[in-house]
Amino acid sequence: MHFNLNEEQVQFADALKRWIGRDYSFEQRRAIIASPEGTSSQAWARLVELGMTALPVPQEQGGFSGGATDMFVVMRELGRALVVEPYLATVLGAQFLKLGGGHGALLEAVATGELKMACALGERQSRHDLRDILTRAERDGAGWRLDGEKNVVIHGAEAGVLVVSARTGGAQRDEDGITLFAVPADAPGLRQTAYRGLDGLRAADLRFDGVVLPPDAVIGQAGNGWELLEHGADYGAGLLCFEALGAMEALFDATLEYLKTRQQFGVPIGKFQALQHRMADMYIHLEQARSMALLVAVKLDGADAAERRQVAAAAKYRVGEAARFIGQQAVQLHGGMGVTDELAASHYFKRLTTIDLTLGDRDHHLARFMAQPGFQRAP
Amino acid sequence: MDLHYSDEDLAFRDQVRAFLDSHLPKDLQAKVLQHLRLDKDDFVRWHRILARQGWVAPAWPREFGGPGWTALQRHIFEEECARAGTPRIMPFGIDMVAPVIMAFGSQEQKARLLPRILSCEDWWCQGYSEPGAGSDLASVKTTAVRHLDADGEHYIVNGQKTWTTLAQHADMIFCLVRTDASVRKQEGISFLLIDMHAPGVTVRPIIMLDEDHEVNEVFFDNVRVPAANLVGEENRGWTYAKYLLGHERTGIAAVGRSKRELGLLKRLARREHKNGRPLLEDPLFAAKVAALEIELMALDMTVLRVLAQAGKAPGPEASVLKVRGTDIQQMLTELMLEAAGPMALPFDAAYLEGEQEHSVAGDDAAAPLASYYFNYRKTSIYGGSNEIQRGIISQMILGL
Ligand SMILES: Cc1cc2nc3c(=O)[nH]c(=O)nc-3n(C[C@H](O)[C@H](O)[C@H](O)COP(=O)(O)OP(=O)(O)OC[C@H]3O[C@@H](n4cnc5c(N)ncnc54)[C@H](O)[C@@H]3O)c2cc1C
Repeated sequence: MHFNLNEEQVQFADALKRWIGRDYSFEQRRAIIASPEGTSSQAWARLVELGMTALPVPQEQGGFSGGATDMFVVMRELGRALVVEPYLATVLGAQFLKLGGGHGALLEAVATGELKMACALGERQSRHDLRDILTRAERDGAGWRLDGEKNVVIHGAEAGVLVVSARTGGAQRDEDGITLFAVPADAPGLRQTAYRGLDGLRAADLRFDGVVLPPDAVIGQAGNGWELLEHGADYGAGLLCFEALGAMEALFDATLEYLKTRQQFGVPIGKFQALQHRMADMYIHLEQARSMALLVAVKLDGADAAERRQVAAAAKYRVGEAARFIGQQAVQLHGGMGVTDELAASHYFKRLTTIDLTLGDRDHHLARFMAQPGFQRAP
Repeated sequence: MDLHYSDEDLAFRDQVRAFLDSHLPKDLQAKVLQHLRLDKDDFVRWHRILARQGWVAPAWPREFGGPGWTALQRHIFEEECARAGTPRIMPFGIDMVAPVIMAFGSQEQKARLLPRILSCEDWWCQGYSEPGAGSDLASVKTTAVRHLDADGEHYIVNGQKTWTTLAQHADMIFCLVRTDASVRKQEGISFLLIDMHAPGVTVRPIIMLDEDHEVNEVFFDNVRVPAANLVGEENRGWTYAKYLLGHERTGIAAVGRSKRELGLLKRLARREHKNGRPLLEDPLFAAKVAALEIELMALDMTVLRVLAQAGKAPGPEASVLKVRGTDIQQMLTELMLEAAGPMALPFDAAYLEGEQEHSVAGDDAAAPLASYYFNYRKTSIYGGSNEIQRGIISQMILGL
């Protein structure tokens, strides 16, 4: 039993740190957010060069077959720097393809960095419940015809291919009758309304009006997409936990530094016990969140479905708790500076808040945890 | 990263399980699982069973009679004991005074005292706290004055200790005493071992809020203590005391016991009903249980992470484990109390003491839960209150 990173993982982290130190400072990131595109093609090119897009892709498709613990390392560094590039969206899209089987050409394009992806899973009424789907796909000859709307699709307008959940059978909230599709962004009948999210990331609402899809657009099996959807979403929740951990670590460090330097009443404010104890509680939250992020990193690949669900729900919930506490306290401890746009603290806070609202918030995952057979079955 | 136990560790776990299966007396186990009060014999009986097996002092080096286990094996052992419901091994001898004697004591002290700790011939208690020295331990006032007379060198001790856990059973007490009042308060303290049966030692019970007799006041009135009972050097006691406090292990988090209690909580919450449904299916109650279970999962991992750094000096990370571990223990007892509801209200000391087979109100599972809840408020106070632990985290870890 050990928690050490392997040599390649340390190298990945170091390479990312070097790049971020040079090209992705807080000011550089602000410029990227403020630009019309909202992301940077140079930054993307660097991520590709560093092998990040190839990392999770299977070797057969030109990738490195990286597992969840490799992604832990990468997402944590990206979280530390609040990187806004469509990396998570792409990797998650690729994960759906991987879990579904086939789609080798798309995966190859992800590995080389040519293809960005996004996942259009949520609808206005669905809140955090991914099985609540109104978007419909009807048989159309050998293929399909897609109609409906998806909203707040992270990086939905930057992606070349979108993973879209649709109903090919069943009622609005059934688990049966769900199908995932790989939909090209330039498909006729697909319309995007793009905007900026509160965390600076880009997002879009999508409308599908009779989008015609070939038979092989289906990911996995038609009508049996729920398992795939849930499994992929757990992976996504894990990635978000890793990213949140990095963001919390950076925010924690920044706050600690502030407590040691900001003077009031003739002493650094970190000399006040009320703040020391607040900081100690933030530290305890951080350690507990770190533990859960590590646990989910290990369990995403190896565990059976029941255990994976349980751990992913637990981790997303616990990390969300920590993110809220650390985010709010960090802003408070920075005083007036904390509520300005000038300071990184507020940006971390906003990203952490967004992460909690993405792929299931704390309440959602707590309820999910409670609903697992393992919870009701007392030991 | 690899969170798997090795085959040897798994084999070790099986070995521990098999031993507990065959050697843990059923009546003792029942008392522990039912939260009944244990008496001295219960503790001593279990201590001796483990001692015969060579397992009573998992952290001791082999030369003194330890089993030579790795940190992970010790962790597995503790977890299995907690799971099975063994009485705990009182920490005062094995885990507290023994490491100090090993590190700073004389050859004579090691030879005389350690075997008696191992065999439970001596029951030890801890004489740190005083009415005026709680969190501010360096303020101890109990005095020890050195004399030389016909019978040799000795100290005359005067003063009062308080909150002394189970001193009513004790044969020996390790004390912080003031040997020099003229220097900085940390510098005039010595670490002294005192015979509880010596003339001039008086023990007075303090009854806790659950009406149990668990702690005491100990008075010293001109107690004569041989100079051979001084540990290490005079006036260096504060260093030894800090060594002892820093000698905390990951066991402080009590994850194993909390896992067992979580199981009990769930069984209770399935048995009790609300609105005609099992309480565990009530969304409000279940959410509290679920949140707690996740907290415990995280603590379990945090403990393993600390263990993985074993070999490094035990550090202030124990403070994180203490705060979170005791929070979780207290939340568990609180939820058990809530789950039992009104059935927890009858107070039945005779049942708790094992004097009658069933509780007066007929709900044996619910009867001890209020006492348990009240008793466990102590966990965030003793062993350095949780506020003091936060102070340690912010100062020692965060450098504030
Ligand atoms: C059940 C039980 C068993 C015990 N067993 C033993 C034993 O066997 N041997 C022994 O020597 N002692 C024992 N103790 C004593 C225990 O270690 C002390 O109670 C503890 O250290 C707190 O001291 P105090 O009770 O004097 O509280 P105080 O120190 O008076 O503290 C009162 C409150 O003020 C807070 N406080 C104090 N100082 C600070 C600070 N600097 N910053 C923030 N908050 C602060 C505390 O956290 C607490 O909430 C036991 C206590 C209990 C309850």
